[in-house]
Amino acid sequence: MAKTWETPQMVQETGFRWSRVVVYGLLVFFGAVYLLPLLVMLLTSFKPLPEIYAGNMVALPRHWTVEPWVNAWTKACVGLNCNGIKGYFWNSIQMTVPAVVISTGMGLLNGYVLTKWRFRGANVLFGLILFGCFIPFQIVLIPMATFLGRMGIASSTTGLVFVHVVYGLCFTTLYARNYYMAFPDELVKAAMIDGARFFSIFRRVLLPNSGPIIIVAVIWQFTNIWNDFLFGASFSTGTSAPMTVALNNVVMTSTGEREYNVHMAAAMIAALPTLMVYVFGGRYFVRGLMAGSVKG
Amino acid sequence: MQTTVMTEQEARAPAGSVTQPAARVGWSSPRGWLQQQLPRLVLSPTVVITLVFVYGFILWTLYLSFTRSRGIPSHELVGWLNYQRVWNHPRWSVALHNLAVFGILYIALCLVLGLFIAILLDQRIRQEGALRAIYLYPMALSFIVTGTAWKWMLNPGLGLEKLFKDWGFANFKFDWIIDERMAIYTVVIAGVWQASGFVMAMFLAGLRGVDQDLIKAASIDGASLPRIYRRIIIPQLRPVFLSAVVILAHLAIKSYELVVALTGGGPGYATEMPSTFMYAHTFTRSQLGWGAASATMMLLTVAAIMVPYLYSEVRTVRSRRQ
Repeated sequence: MAKTWETPQMVQETGFRWSRVVVYGLLVFFGAVYLLPLLVMLLTSFKPLPEIYAGNMVALPRHWTVEPWVNAWTKACVGLNCNGIKGYFWNSIQMTVPAVVISTGMGLLNGYVLTKWRFRGANVLFGLILFGCFIPFQIVLIPMATFLGRMGIASSTTGLVFVHVVYGLCFTTLYARNYYMAFPDELVKAAMIDGARFFSIFRRVLLPNSGPIIIVAVIWQFTNIWNDFLFGASFSTGTSAPMTVALNNVVMTSTGEREYNVHMAAAMIAALPTLMVYVFGGRYFVRGLMAGSVKG
Repeated sequence: MQTTVMTEQEARAPAGSVTQPAARVGWSSPRGWLQQQLPRLVLSPTVVITLVFVYGFILWTLYLSFTRSRGIPSHELVGWLNYQRVWNHPRWSVALHNLAVFGILYIALCLVLGLFIAILLDQRIRQEGALRAIYLYPMALSFIVTGTAWKWMLNPGLGLEKLFKDWGFANFKFDWIIDERMAIYTVVIAGVWQASGFVMAMFLAGLRGVDQDLIKAASIDGASLPRIYRRIIIPQLRPVFLSAVVILAHLAIKSYELVVALTGGGPGYATEMPSTFMYAHTFTRSQLGWGAASATMMLLTVAAIMVPYLYSEVRTVRSRRQ
């Protein structure tokens, strides 16, 4: 299993007092640097426009206002369509939820087969599937555009769900496989002797013990699909676009004075779902990240 | 003692033996055959999807890269013409140059910063969890959000430049984002901000796995802490370095969103990358053949990095299990 940072520290404190101050000082400084963009986004999104042009970016708003958020949600212009980003936010939800559910479910079953019902060539198949996680998606854009067009699901949420399932499967399969690898074969054998078959073993023996890996896979898929831009930009048009594409359009749309506060509010709205997931499930998000990089 | 060994051997028996009960069900009945084939059937949609939409599409793009495809795919073969055109294109040279600059700095800075913060965090820090969460949250954001935020921070009139001027540095100048020569470095800044926390997490996990006895022995011998890190701990992190470099390198080659949101490839095409070149020629400039050729070259570069890495990773996992 991948080592995690949760294991206790081992390096003993040996330096003297003021070296601790330096360490903490540096850590807090880096923390501030990492937090700065988020802080600036938040502050800017609560400021009226004149204050933005007059003051600096870390100044607290003198008049707090939620108007930029309201405008971003209901009035911001995405290209020529000035109805705010709410529709696109909804698009993203409609795209993300089914794609996450389907790819996670399939990935769990794949992992189950690849570890508990291994057959000749299973490792080669896994290797082939695994490589799919790392291809630059530019290589599939042109064929996929043609394919979605022929299937009649170009520029639709269905098309994007399909694309995200297809290219998310390798990750969910990887997670489930690595997780079930450590699951005792004896329990599977025992269930088999009791007469349980393929699906009932999965449902009664593995699934009840799959909580952590389901959370890891769901969080990973949710974050990746919600944050995707390349597929969204390539395979959607106009009002069917997901949130990230809409955000980019809001920022790029320049009619008159640039409403930076609205841009930042829109960016925050786009970031909030994944930030919330990170705040509440950060531990599992990290596990997903690590499993995607350091296997074993 | 004997029994423990037995169970251990059982546990190590290849999982393939699990399929044996299928023989008990029997091949004779159609249901038994179905039951026997069920695992393969369940895996088959994913296998088919992978073969068609990963490998099939790769071949399709490869084929297109040798055709005279412009606005729509064509079947007229033209040999290496698209590759020649792309290689002689000034924007492609800029893209390659930018990829080199971005890739090297992005990887180096992420490694240095990630390792440094990980070492700091490994000194029995109070509130370590909270700090870790702060360093890593950018990884949960979309590149588009990151790009939007940094575009605003780097805005010469209203962002960091203005901030430092307000703080009394009247001559402070920080207009890289609109400077053709410097714009690529703003992509580096935003990229490092986003990914260095992730590298920190990898190093921290590595640090926590270092053999403590070695460290104790060295400190009893009177080695100073920096020396212990340099001589004992960091050399043991070699696998983490390898993983981090591979992951970062493939992210660098694929990076597209960040450039789009931060600079839009500009000013002019100063921050062009292979990915933006591919996208522009495929979707807006009606040069599918060029798009396919550039995508193929991106894939080959990624494959050259990832295939040996994945191969060795899967192999070590297997040998560790046996």
